[in-house]
Amino acid sequence: MSAILPPSERLWYKHPIDRVEGTWIAIALIWCLVMFFMMVGWHIWGKQNLSTETYRTTPEKFTTKAQAMVDKFTVRTETDQKTPVVAPPAGSDVYMVARLWSFWPILELEKGKTYKLHLTSLDYNHGFSLQPANINIQIVPGFEHVVTVTPNQSGTYSVVCNEYCGINHHTMVGRIYVK
Amino acid sequence: MSSTTYRTCPRSGLQFEASAEKLMIANAFVAVVFLLIGGVLAIGVALTRWPAIHWLPADTFYQVLTAHGIDMLIFWIIFFEIAVLYFASSTLLRCRLATPNIAWLAFALMLIGAVTNNVAVFQGGSSVMMTSYVPMMAAPSFYLGLILFAVGALIACFVFFGTLVIAKRDKTYQGSVPLVTFGAITAAIIAVFTIASGAIILIPTFLMSVGLVKEVDPLVYRTIWWAFGHSSQQINVAAHISIWYAAAAIAFGAKPMSERVSRMAFLLYILFLQLASAHHLLADPGLSTGWKVVNTSYFMYFAVLASMIHGLTIPGAIEVAQRQKGYTKGLFEWLRKAPWGNPTFSGVFIAIIGFGFLGGISGVMMGTEQLNMIIHNTIYVPGHFHATVVVGTTLTFMALTYFLLPVLFRREMIAPKLAQWQPYLFGFSMYFFCLVMMGAGTLGVSRRHWDMAFSGNALAYEWPGAAYLMMGLVGIAGIMAIAAGAIYVYITVGSLLWGKRLDTGAQSAKFTPIPPTAPSMAAQTYGSAGFAAPGTFVLAMVFLTAFVLYYFINWKYLSTLWGLS
Repeated sequence: MSAILPPSERLWYKHPIDRVEGTWIAIALIWCLVMFFMMVGWHIWGKQNLSTETYRTTPEKFTTKAQAMVDKFTVRTETDQKTPVVAPPAGSDVYMVARLWSFWPILELEKGKTYKLHLTSLDYNHGFSLQPANINIQIVPGFEHVVTVTPNQSGTYSVVCNEYCGINHHTMVGRIYVK
Repeated sequence: MSSTTYRTCPRSGLQFEASAEKLMIANAFVAVVFLLIGGVLAIGVALTRWPAIHWLPADTFYQVLTAHGIDMLIFWIIFFEIAVLYFASSTLLRCRLATPNIAWLAFALMLIGAVTNNVAVFQGGSSVMMTSYVPMMAAPSFYLGLILFAVGALIACFVFFGTLVIAKRDKTYQGSVPLVTFGAITAAIIAVFTIASGAIILIPTFLMSVGLVKEVDPLVYRTIWWAFGHSSQQINVAAHISIWYAAAAIAFGAKPMSERVSRMAFLLYILFLQLASAHHLLADPGLSTGWKVVNTSYFMYFAVLASMIHGLTIPGAIEVAQRQKGYTKGLFEWLRKAPWGNPTFSGVFIAIIGFGFLGGISGVMMGTEQLNMIIHNTIYVPGHFHATVVVGTTLTFMALTYFLLPVLFRREMIAPKLAQWQPYLFGFSMYFFCLVMMGAGTLGVSRRHWDMAFSGNALAYEWPGAAYLMMGLVGIAGIMAIAAGAIYVYITVGSLLWGKRLDTGAQSAKFTPIPPTAPSMAAQTYGSAGFAAPGTFVLAMVFLTAFVLYYFINWKYLSTLWGLS
């Protein structure tokens, strides 16, 4: 019962290593390094890396910028709340506000074009969960996260809030159209 | 000084000191009570997320989910772990427990804290989930309860360290501490870091809740809270792996294949395991890529390396022991002839396999910086941590309980036949539960979400039919696992109430030191003798193949998404 008894050899660090163990450690170490360099390599060669561009912001500052975009590029409104649908030009800065319990406004983007998507929350933590693509980004209040996105398929996308944000959390859904 | 007594258990030969024994019983018993509460709450969670049933109203659901998370992840597990720490020090080293009165104080603080926190949640107004991200606020007593509990747990860790000092001073053993104690030390070191992090962030948050502090930065909160929230799960890893080694020793008389390898693997945990708190921050703004990559990979996956080592050496030690008993036919006779009817062994074995294949592999996926984007905050995440914390830790603790009932609690187990089946029922329904949860998560289904149908919402998203099917299966598997958990509570509590009292064994006023073991021939030779555990090696290669395939499948999936930079 030696795992629950002191080791019989006083110098346990001189205990021999079985070949099963030695071989496995070597294989496991190689695999660990492969995984590490895969993650680093994807930053060089991969096309899906989360931006780290972040600014501190306030609800007033951010809504002013978002409102300016909405005033300029709204093409129509949808739903009973008359949520504006905004079609900003390719390459521009687009803003999405997360707040209890909606995403505002609805965006209309073009397939294959690149946009700088600014995300923040006006109150609690929220989640940006783009479905059905399944891209998930945390939205933290006080921080403006600038994510460069390039939609690669046209269609209707939903933005589901997947960070618990209070009693009506499950009603918080937004939308992005890709033409 | 020593007015205490020591008894030697007639079944196991283990020596229990009177005050340590009482504390172990108290801590383990309260742990099981919290498991019971958490299990009852789990019914509400499972039946609400099962779309066809959708049982509880939204506010109750979020409340129940908050309580379920905290009762299971914090109270059940840490109470049990304190019992394990006392066992690994006082019992395995055959010494008295340091400062039993302070250990009772720790117990009282933990209990008061746990009850205070539960009361806060059940009063409503504190349905903030276990994570309680600021600026969402709970009642002050919610944080106060957690802080009291943390202080108590911290004191208990120092009682454990003090006990190690006593054993050393009283020379109750010679040479180094047993491997299991070594693992428990690892767990306790991680626990100190964990609890300190919890205090650093929960104290200002408590002050914010009573209005003394104006603001706690949301991102700072997330960063430090996870050094508590994730690290507390790392205590579990170190603790349940120690128990796996103990179970292999108890059920088979297995020696570690190599003390050096196993201890080095624990050392890697102490050095690198904590970095994994970064897993929860990979989708966050404001943290640099370098920080994310270095931390999320435990520097360079050194803690994963350690887990892969333990995953080999524990079954490997069993294989070596079985082969020495003559089960040498083919690759797997040692495994076929294992005591599958002994719930301590079967529970541990099911836990090892499930922890590795389901919990381990999925954990690395979520912890890969880019792959995290297809998983973050989906129900894949609870799928993963039910595989680690429920299949890994909880099932291991259940298995250990079956060993402790006669040994520590001195009761004959009631319903031993039922106990034989319990690990299979619980383990396999949890395997299935985790798999379908991860399946639903791969389709994007959100965690902590009351209504996947978004009823009445003009912008509602319609999940694919497969997602509904998976969530239905989550409900069914969850109920099955809860039933198996109820069997465990029934057997444990029933044995304490109605089980036949067993002989206490020889009592003495003085401890009997552990006699030094002569270096065995086996220990001196295996290692140079060649390939001692070929069957385990084959199993390990199966594991690696599954790991590699699933890893690259996820990259393939990621590569089809929108461009992000």
